[in-house]
Amino acid sequence: MSPWLPILMAVPVLGAIVVALLPKGSDKLAKQVTLVVSLVVLALTIVMATQFRTGGPRFQFQAAYDWIPSFGVKFGVGVDGIALVLIALSAVLVPIVVLASWHDADGTQSADGTLITPKRSVKTYFSLLLVLEAMMIGVFAATDVFLFYVFFEAMLIPMYFMIGSYGGAQRSYAAVKFLLYSLFGGLLMLVAVIALYVVAGKGTFMYPELIGVIKDPATQKWLFGGFFIAFAIKAPLWPVHTWLPDAAAQAPAGAAVLLVGVLDKVGTFGMLRFCLELFPDAAKAFTTPIVVLAVISIIYGAIVAIGQTDMKRLIAYTSISHFGFIVMGVFAMSQVAQSGAALYMVNHGFSTGALFLAAGFLIARRGSPYIADYGGVQKVAPLLAGFFLIAGLAGLSLPGLSSFVSEFMVMIGTYSSTAFGAGALTVAAVISAVAVILAAVYILWMVQRTLHGPTAEPVKAFKDLNAREIVVLAPLVALIIGFGFFPKPLLDVINPAVTQTLVNVQVDNPAIAEKGAGQ
Amino acid sequence: MTTHYLILSGLLFAIGAMGVLIRRNAIVVFMCVELMLNACNLAFVTFARQNGNLEGQIIAFFVMVVAAAEVVVGLAIIVTIFRTRRSASVDDANLLKY
Amino acid sequence: MESPVEIVQHTTGGMIGASWLMIAFPLLGAAILLVLGRMTNRWGHLLGVAMSLASFVVAVLAFLELIGLPAEQRRQAVHLYEFIPGMVDMGLLVDPLSISFCLLITGVGSLIHIYSIGYMSHDPDRRRFFSYLNLFVSAMLLLVLADNYVGLFIGWEGVGLASYLLIGFWYFKPSAAVAAKKAFVVNRVGDLGLLVGMFVIITTFHTLTFSDLGKAIAANPPSGGAVTAIGLLLLLGACGKSAQLPLQSWLLDAMEGPTPVSALIHAATMVTAGVYLVVRSGAFFFPEGSPQALAVAIVGAATLLAGAIIGTAKDDIKKGLAGSTMSQIGYMMLGAAFGPVGYTFAIGHLITHGFFKADLFLGAGSVMHGMNDEVDMRKYGGLRKAMPITFATFFIGYLAIIGFPMLSGYFTKDGIIETAIEHNQVLGWLAVLGAGVTGFYMSRMVFMTFFGQKRWADDAHPHESPLVMTVPLMVLSLGALVLGAYLVLSNRLYEFLTPAVGAAEEAPHFAFTSVPGLATLALVAIGAAFAWYKYGRAEVPSVQPRGSFLTTFARRDLYGDALNESLFMRPGQWLTRIAVYFDNRGVDGLVNGLAAGIGGSSGRLRRLQTGFARTYALSILFGAALLAGALLLVGNI
Repeated sequence: MSPWLPILMAVPVLGAIVVALLPKGSDKLAKQVTLVVSLVVLALTIVMATQFRTGGPRFQFQAAYDWIPSFGVKFGVGVDGIALVLIALSAVLVPIVVLASWHDADGTQSADGTLITPKRSVKTYFSLLLVLEAMMIGVFAATDVFLFYVFFEAMLIPMYFMIGSYGGAQRSYAAVKFLLYSLFGGLLMLVAVIALYVVAGKGTFMYPELIGVIKDPATQKWLFGGFFIAFAIKAPLWPVHTWLPDAAAQAPAGAAVLLVGVLDKVGTFGMLRFCLELFPDAAKAFTTPIVVLAVISIIYGAIVAIGQTDMKRLIAYTSISHFGFIVMGVFAMSQVAQSGAALYMVNHGFSTGALFLAAGFLIARRGSPYIADYGGVQKVAPLLAGFFLIAGLAGLSLPGLSSFVSEFMVMIGTYSSTAFGAGALTVAAVISAVAVILAAVYILWMVQRTLHGPTAEPVKAFKDLNAREIVVLAPLVALIIGFGFFPKPLLDVINPAVTQTLVNVQVDNPAIAEKGAGQ
Repeated sequence: MTTHYLILSGLLFAIGAMGVLIRRNAIVVFMCVELMLNACNLAFVTFARQNGNLEGQIIAFFVMVVAAAEVVVGLAIIVTIFRTRRSASVDDANLLKY
Repeated sequence: MESPVEIVQHTTGGMIGASWLMIAFPLLGAAILLVLGRMTNRWGHLLGVAMSLASFVVAVLAFLELIGLPAEQRRQAVHLYEFIPGMVDMGLLVDPLSISFCLLITGVGSLIHIYSIGYMSHDPDRRRFFSYLNLFVSAMLLLVLADNYVGLFIGWEGVGLASYLLIGFWYFKPSAAVAAKKAFVVNRVGDLGLLVGMFVIITTFHTLTFSDLGKAIAANPPSGGAVTAIGLLLLLGACGKSAQLPLQSWLLDAMEGPTPVSALIHAATMVTAGVYLVVRSGAFFFPEGSPQALAVAIVGAATLLAGAIIGTAKDDIKKGLAGSTMSQIGYMMLGAAFGPVGYTFAIGHLITHGFFKADLFLGAGSVMHGMNDEVDMRKYGGLRKAMPITFATFFIGYLAIIGFPMLSGYFTKDGIIETAIEHNQVLGWLAVLGAGVTGFYMSRMVFMTFFGQKRWADDAHPHESPLVMTVPLMVLSLGALVLGAYLVLSNRLYEFLTPAVGAAEEAPHFAFTSVPGLATLALVAIGAAFAWYKYGRAEVPSVQPRGSFLTTFARRDLYGDALNESLFMRPGQWLTRIAVYFDNRGVDGLVNGLAAGIGGSSGRLRRLQTGFARTYALSILFGAALLAGALLLVGNI
């Protein structure tokens, strides 16, 4: 029994209660308390991560408490390398988002001068943010399938309110769409979770005990379907992706970062952990259609992104393309591809986070998300332009930045995957590589239209980044560049978990490269 | 020899149901509901007699208690409606719809 | 052909062990200048120059250390750190090939840095310019020094980024912004080739490191199919970076950047990367006589002609030089197709070209500097008296590029032509023809700029540039004078490069009086004479004449842009529009349609709630009857 993870979840929950109970009118105090709490969580996470032994057992910091004993439901938590890096991602992003959305809940000026006022108070927003953080940690830490499901669904609630109450003009539509989509998937998953419990007949939902229990291929396929559809909606995979552009475009920038940066990762994380390990035969049987969908997502997301006129929607579509890469990596079933996919989940959080936040700062200055309303920002706000450019370059996976390493690993791992016979997935890898060109088009075209060219009249009044905004973006950029050249710390943590996954899925896992090949 | 009681019970129930369906006056509809309840009571008692146990009779008592409580609430509602709308027709009280 | 000597792991320290400093210095410079921003405005350019020079010093020291080693130890791998565990480590390979590039990049690069102090002295953003220059040099050094394809690729894209930033340096000009984006996107098409090439390499040979690759191939010679595929994919990458057909279109637009950038891109860095890639991979994937080597030769020959033709019709001095770069890189590619001897001349031409092309570009910059940034040669004329130093250095560069006997270009270009003719008559003679066209367009440029009548704008007051700009010109023209002879005569470069690229069966022998050599000279002389007839002797109209169909063809860059536009851009735009429409109306329409359907049908069902209590009672009765009936039915069975 290790107290780390329960503490990690309890701290933000307590913080949320404190923030919610603050008297009216103490908005500033609410923000400060939230920031401090999230920084404490970050510090705790860092300390915990340093205690993680890479050579140790797969699940560490385990803890389990009885919750619904009559069904064997436990509050069981524990992390492997993949979960650990994703928890770390959440812990890093939340304080950044708190700082970034310092004024997001105060109401925003739209382009035509009308003020969009939030439906709820400032402190509620920050309280929701902390609740969300606890749930994000919980969903990655849960080792009990039922607990995972509960967090999976409960995460929707704070996010629903953050979009629906603090978002843009179309916030209600976007929030309801987001909620309905997710609930639909979630209910299918609930059915599958219950069926898993019944069919396995072990009287427990604990994940490690359920691995390899379901043997019948037909049952595996049905249960796999239930889980996979929920995760595909969450991820989101083409063709169930259309909620994301709406939600991301309407959400306040900070909420959009957490939505795309962390919440959606639960989908791909779930595929890697649950779909693959619990139902290995079904996963292998469905690989072809899923990889096809992933490749469609990659190319289609990129092409549609090129045609967007709204910055936030554009970023959302690029994410659909990137999620395609992650899904492809997960189902390519090779060490390199899956490690790359897990790494991609983290790196995408950083790069898209930076991109959303930088776009958010632009939008806050101009009051319009439309690319056509900008031009020549670099002249008046060179710092903002610089950060936006770097974030964009991370989005197009420029080598030397972190997202390149993961994208490269996913593609090369897919190309060389031997799980389905040598060369089975080469076509997928080659087609997906075309996204390299498309990514350059969508990012650089946006950069050209917003940052370059003659300075547009309304842009001339722009102020450059203030200290708070620099503090928001600088750590993200530092992480992007740092992990671009030294991805080893993350990969060392991820690799053993992936190896174990592949053992459980029972595929061949030859090393991609050999030192001194041919000797 | 209980068949006749059952037939009587059925007839009473049918009369009550018809009344509920075709009468407009709330009081009459209410009475018809009572008639249906008592038809059920008769059936319960008959079956108790037929099976030689007391369960049917006990249920009949329950029904009576519930009916009494219902009368209290129901009549109060009808009286209130009549006071505000000057009508006791059930068709006039149709605001609670789509 | 003998394969190159084995790569040895570098153990001792020394300058080779510290060769990473070469990359680190300019990178640090770029980082300082970008992070500290305006604070460094006053001394930023000096820091930039210092970092570039420091890098040059490291390169020279490493070079001296390398030639101190016996030939079979001249390939030193320096391990840096574990990059992607289980796949590839980051390391540097210091060998004659990479060190030649390092010297060229840092040497010419430093001269361009120094020159830029003067050229950019009036630009308020000079500090930003130097940070990008440093980044450029750093990325290019990583490209040539990396001991594996991934490191090479990082440098490769870093060069792409730096060129993007520099071409778009004057981002407020829409044309510059578009040109920068175009350069990056077209380069990415090539990158795709390199990327997929890496997939095939690691899947076939289980390594991306040059040293292991050599061993893997030696131990287990692969089948032709995979190697041909790899070769063609790498060639695609090389075409993108080196502006070879069919990916040449970005190069001419790239002239939107400040002139020193053009010099850096065209002479010392960037466009040479493709040649480097082919030569570096040559021993692995481009064996002599293979189809992929033939493809390299064809691409090179086609580009050298296309570039030369484009060069004949340009009135913009920078675009004329850009066409000439395409053409000269084409020569290098052609040479790189023909094994170790070809490599030697390709690299030799690359080095000499680095000098004379930098000389020419910076000279053009100096002319523009004195002419209020006018680039139209029809507005020049008779400038040799106004700017004597610029004229003298430019003229030396000119003689070198057309292959005037005993100047650098003569030796290296001739070497390529002779090697090509030896292997492939058709392509070789095409290269001879190209040399003739070079003689024409370069002479045209010189005559239009420095000779003839003054056709200056009224407010032009041409003047010689300051020393900080002319001294680099002098140094470069010195290189253009003597370097070719030094490298080629007595096979110095060939013997130096042999450990890195392998030895030929027969060492090259430079012949002064071979048939192709004399034919080349004759054609060049004819070209120059024709240029004199049209542009030296005759009056040059200061307004561009309409020109024949052929002239228009060349002026429009052989309709390359039109082709790209109609083949890729417009269909791409259509595809994008269709996809967006499909996403909004199709996919999302389906979802919203479903929602609307459910909403609509529940709206109808709602009507059942009429508010009449007796209707409800009737439905209850029906329900009860139904239930009772069902029960009876079940009971009867």
